[in-house]
Amino acid sequence: MKPVNQKAWFLILPVVLCVAFSAVLPLMTVVNYSVQDIISPERRVFVGTDWFKSVMRDDDLQGALLRQIGFSLAVLLIEIPLGIALALAMPARGWKASAVLVIVAISLLIPWNVVGTIWQIFGRTDIGLLGAAVHALGFDYDYTGNPTHAWLTVLVMDVWHWTPLVALLCYAGLRAIPDAYYQAASIDGATKFAVFRYIQLPKLRGVLMIAVLLRFMDSFMIYTEPFVLTGGGPGNSTTFLSQYLTQKAVGQFDLGPAAAFSLIYFLIILLLCFVLYNWMQRVGRGADAAQEG
Amino acid sequence: MARIDLDLAHAYKPNPRSDDDYALLPLRMTFEAGGAYALLGPSGCGKTTLLNIVSGLVKPSHGNVKFDGVDVTARTPQQRNIAQVFQFPVIYDTMTVAENLAFPLRNRGLPTERIRQRVGRIAEMLELSGQLDARAANLAADAKQKISLGRGLVREDVSAVLFDEPLTVIDPHLKWQLRRKLKQIHHELRLTLVYVTHDQVEALTFADQVVVMTRGRAVQIGTAPELFERPQHTFVGHFIGSPGMNFLPATWSEAGLSVAGRTVLGAAQARAVAGATILGIRPEYVALSEPGAPGSVPGVVTQAQDIGTYWLVSAKVEGVEAPVRARISTNGHRTVPAPGDAVSLALVGSHTCFYKDETLIPRDASDADPARAVQEASPT
Repeated sequence: MKPVNQKAWFLILPVVLCVAFSAVLPLMTVVNYSVQDIISPERRVFVGTDWFKSVMRDDDLQGALLRQIGFSLAVLLIEIPLGIALALAMPARGWKASAVLVIVAISLLIPWNVVGTIWQIFGRTDIGLLGAAVHALGFDYDYTGNPTHAWLTVLVMDVWHWTPLVALLCYAGLRAIPDAYYQAASIDGATKFAVFRYIQLPKLRGVLMIAVLLRFMDSFMIYTEPFVLTGGGPGNSTTFLSQYLTQKAVGQFDLGPAAAFSLIYFLIILLLCFVLYNWMQRVGRGADAAQEG
Repeated sequence: MARIDLDLAHAYKPNPRSDDDYALLPLRMTFEAGGAYALLGPSGCGKTTLLNIVSGLVKPSHGNVKFDGVDVTARTPQQRNIAQVFQFPVIYDTMTVAENLAFPLRNRGLPTERIRQRVGRIAEMLELSGQLDARAANLAADAKQKISLGRGLVREDVSAVLFDEPLTVIDPHLKWQLRRKLKQIHHELRLTLVYVTHDQVEALTFADQVVVMTRGRAVQIGTAPELFERPQHTFVGHFIGSPGMNFLPATWSEAGLSVAGRTVLGAAQARAVAGATILGIRPEYVALSEPGAPGSVPGVVTQAQDIGTYWLVSAKVEGVEAPVRARISTNGHRTVPAPGDAVSLALVGSHTCFYKDETLIPRDASDADPARAVQEASPT
């Protein structure tokens, strides 16, 4: 029989403690809230899964969830291709490369709430450049009154804010491809598109996976920018999940439903990330793996 | 297949001033159609630059490249119809082995049936037939490099196939196999092959003609025996052979040639090597002689190593910095001198070379043949 050395457990103890205090205990507090009706600090009633049931049937929440999914998908569909295109267009070396890198990175350095404020002013039809320009083109643009305009403005703002992150990740990925690949492709007579399809895209798989996951999680939890820009309105048209949650937990102090909803929110993100990650891994392993399976 | 004429120089910097600014000093050479050539030299000698100029990846800063007499200097690798294999395997990760091999043909729009035949043939030559449907990304490094080689060889109509140290990542025992394979493929397909390497064994076994390069200069083009017997430049003597040629400083006068204070050539013989400053002789040709024999110098043995089939004896000669090495065969009854023994080394024979300004003094017609030595164009 193999001797079993139990001492190794002590080595992971620090990690267990850190994770317990940073993640498990807070999460358990939320679980605790989600199964009780807290009327006052002294009076609480165990309600089982009632909060979960009521939250799931809540129309406002379903609306927010659909809006959220639509928003995150739109963000990914626009930012990922745009980021790749930007990275491909950026100069590879010389002072131009440094200059472009700095310019591209600027929007990433601006605090979230300032981004919201910038766009709030930018979109105004009286003094904002964007609002006035769109107005001058003959559109009746009004992000404070028209739900579609508000939703689109939030989307464009997110694209402006975060596409550079995708571009920078892809740029780093592109620079890591050895010259020999391009030389070989040129000798093999590959077209520009073939170079992209068979060399650049496969080599970008790793950074794209990071970019997709980051952008998905961030956009799914978006809060500050729409809060500052539209305050969730007009109506509920730009109220996304996290804002809905804040209204519940902090605004109305409905801790039970808010906790139940937090857990559902958490599970949705976990599930979608799991699906995305596995799907991208599969895509990487390619067609023949899919055929076999 | 094409005959390739080079008449060029190359500097990566914009305004080259001194020789040091040039990656390639002015040179003129020809690769005949269907020949197997090797570019041999230490790292940084310009051999890869030269190869990339032939393929069109690098445009020479001076001069031109001609394929079959047509100036192709401004053309891309694709237009030149060149195939090139790089030091590290380059494969298309998302494709299968067969798709990888077919890629250069597909890009040129060949009919599917023709592509299948070609890919099958090349895969068979390189022993990849069993793996054609496997994903290239999952293979070992040597299989990947075989794919790179295959992509280089798959086109029948190429002007030339260029190899840039293609066997660096391959295990030694596979190296032999692949080199033999390349040689065999050369015989079957009669392609013009140019092979860059810093390994003399690789160069001498692969190529009909070896171009020896150092510091941006091609110092000699020749067959293996020529490089061994008559190195045109002291660098060639030093670089080719294991160990390299012995070089001893010599003093020439009307009265004769002397090495280490001993006259090794009389006045009559010395006339043919006027101005010689260096005597060169391969360790294989240094013999032990009677003390005071003509053409010999005395030395003291510093080291004697048993290399299996022969002994390598190093001896210190008065006034010569590097020890003189001699290969002594142990067949026969000769006793091998031990360290500390005084010996007499015979340096002058039919294999002895004499140098002036690092360059061989021609002895007969074969040495003086201009086709053998690399001609140097004057800088433009």
